[in-house]
Amino acid sequence: MGNAAKAGICHSFSADGRCISLLKVLMTNVCVFDCKYCINRESNDTPRAAFTPHELAELTINFYRRNYIEGLFLSSGVIKNPNYTAEQMIKALELLRNVYHFNGYIHVKAIPGADSELITRLGLLADRMSINIELPSQESLRLLAPSKSKESILRPMGLISTKIQENRTDLVKYRHASRFVPAGQSTQLIVGATPDTDHKILTLTEGLYKKYGLKRVFFSAYMPVAENSLLPAIDTKPPLIREHRLYQADWLLRFYGFEAKELLDEQNPNFNLQVDPKCNWALNNMDKFPVEINRASHEMLLRVPGIGVISAQRIMTARRNGSLDFTSLKKLGVVLKRAQYFITCQGKIMEGLKITSDSTIRTLMSDRYKLPSYQEQLRLFEEPFISREEVQECLTGQI
Amino acid sequence: MLDGTDLVYAYDGTFEGLMCCVFESYECKEIPCLIRPPSDQQTIFDTSKWIETDSQKADRVYNSIPVRISSEAQELVKLGFLTCEENKELLIFRFLRSGFKIGGKVMTMLTDEVVCSLQKAVRHLTSESHKFKGFIRFSVFGEALVAVIEPKNYVLPLLSAHFCDRYNGEKFMIYDKTHSVALIYQSNRAELIDIEGLTLPNVDSTEAKYRQLWKQFYNTIAIEGRTNPRCRMTLMPKRYWNQMTEFDNKSDLFQIQVQVAETKQAIANDIDKTTDKTTRYQIQGD
Ligand code: SF4
Repeated sequence: MGNAAKAGICHSFSADGRCISLLKVLMTNVCVFDCKYCINRESNDTPRAAFTPHELAELTINFYRRNYIEGLFLSSGVIKNPNYTAEQMIKALELLRNVYHFNGYIHVKAIPGADSELITRLGLLADRMSINIELPSQESLRLLAPSKSKESILRPMGLISTKIQENRTDLVKYRHASRFVPAGQSTQLIVGATPDTDHKILTLTEGLYKKYGLKRVFFSAYMPVAENSLLPAIDTKPPLIREHRLYQADWLLRFYGFEAKELLDEQNPNFNLQVDPKCNWALNNMDKFPVEINRASHEMLLRVPGIGVISAQRIMTARRNGSLDFTSLKKLGVVLKRAQYFITCQGKIMEGLKITSDSTIRTLMSDRYKLPSYQEQLRLFEEPFISREEVQECLTGQI
Repeated sequence: MLDGTDLVYAYDGTFEGLMCCVFESYECKEIPCLIRPPSDQQTIFDTSKWIETDSQKADRVYNSIPVRISSEAQELVKLGFLTCEENKELLIFRFLRSGFKIGGKVMTMLTDEVVCSLQKAVRHLTSESHKFKGFIRFSVFGEALVAVIEPKNYVLPLLSAHFCDRYNGEKFMIYDKTHSVALIYQSNRAELIDIEGLTLPNVDSTEAKYRQLWKQFYNTIAIEGRTNPRCRMTLMPKRYWNQMTEFDNKSDLFQIQVQVAETKQAIANDIDKTTDKTTRYQIQGD
């Protein structure tokens, strides 16, 4: 039973507004590791439980039949040792695939430290695999996750990416070769648990896309779960805007043709919380604006603040039928609120818009983006910057 | 050619009927200012012209769309007819008139009032049907899976392929309460069937248990420090909540009570009984 739809499907949205698509569970919350930021760390006194592979398969299939979920996101604490844990997970997935004939989506976390052979077997059962890097630097890992190392994370990540490559050629050679994680691999980085800068995080993200061919990098604003002198105080608010800015920048890398070094550098290592990364880039590159809507290249249209992938596409299509003015743009559904400062139509700026110099724009923009209060911070998540496709994309985005 | 007059076409409300309206307009060299389905009240002053449905004429119009405009245009028209747009008939009509005149280029005229409105209506339809792929909740009654939806647009034809693939080889039914029609899939065949109303039997303890477990999962997955009801509302508007298990707090047992107008249908294993109703659409099963 089941299919794995291409465009991810959100089955519900939780009270915090995130897409629920997969049954996200831990095989067990027992863990012999002691990562300081984790609620399941060995030293934490919390009730422990574990699924048997059979219970887990039953639950998944019954949720799936009722269309509650699109599939399973299976993770686990390390019980006994990494290999034993991986074996338990393999058992559950084998039951699902071979006994229940479940063809839905499975995302599985690779257990750091498990043997390559086990990781490979997991990969043949799953659609997507991930290994969470969590902390963006070796130094932070050493301090906060002493049982993990950069090596123990990057080695399996490399293994998965090589396997995916090999599998591609195998599939060409033998049509019936089994598929190895057909939906690719992803990872997650925690934001705000350590002093690592946005620049560091974004550069790492870019590297992961390029070097390991990752499908997605997820960011998670750190929510304090433990009192520890190495971590932010327990009453620290999660850096939600920062997380949001990183996601925006991540989209700029993946869909808008930006490079990390265009957005941040050593001198400006962190995102401006008042202005989104694209707007910020535009304000720093005013010499490239305004762009003429009727002549600008697709790449340049994508760089105009307020013009998204869909709007850019519509402009490209519509202008083949003749010159566009501001009224046509509105009909196309282009939101001009921000874009108006950066574009001309038929050589003219928008009527009634008064700009005399760059500095006027600067004032205008930063006025608009006063640092929001905490309540407003939460509301920022509604910004339509997140396109529908993106929301669907978050198939596995349930941190 | 008559134009800008108060000529009104009345048709039988079917897609074929609408195609015949287009045919008529070319044949009589006239442009109606309104095309309406039969459901609107008829008055004695009604001067509208009744357009008889003739499948040959309809086919001629329909088959010429991909030839003289494009197959995307044909798709747009087909989907346009399923939308809840009030003026869909006139929009489709005008779209086809300009399409037949200027050809495939009509699809790129995104700033044209008609093209723009028709595409917008279709986007509303496709996005609603996409949402339902996720938001539909099935209950298990014996061997059958049953779901109820209340969509604005006529989404069932768009959901068919997805759910037939997902539940390949099973039995299921999705009842569209708004349009009183059900998508029924069994023995690897799917059909759309008009149904006046539907009453479901009580759920058994297994069903109740999984509903309970799902609610529990739903409630635990939200991160407390990040509650954001407005965001959730934008992504999942309240009108969908009615039929979603996670928002059902009436009772943990049975709740979906669909009021029966004429026929009382018992569902579950009895899906067969409903198959003798008029079939509106025949859809590819697998
Ligand atoms: S290994 Fe995973 S579950 Fe275990 S303490 Fe570290 S983060 Fe938590």
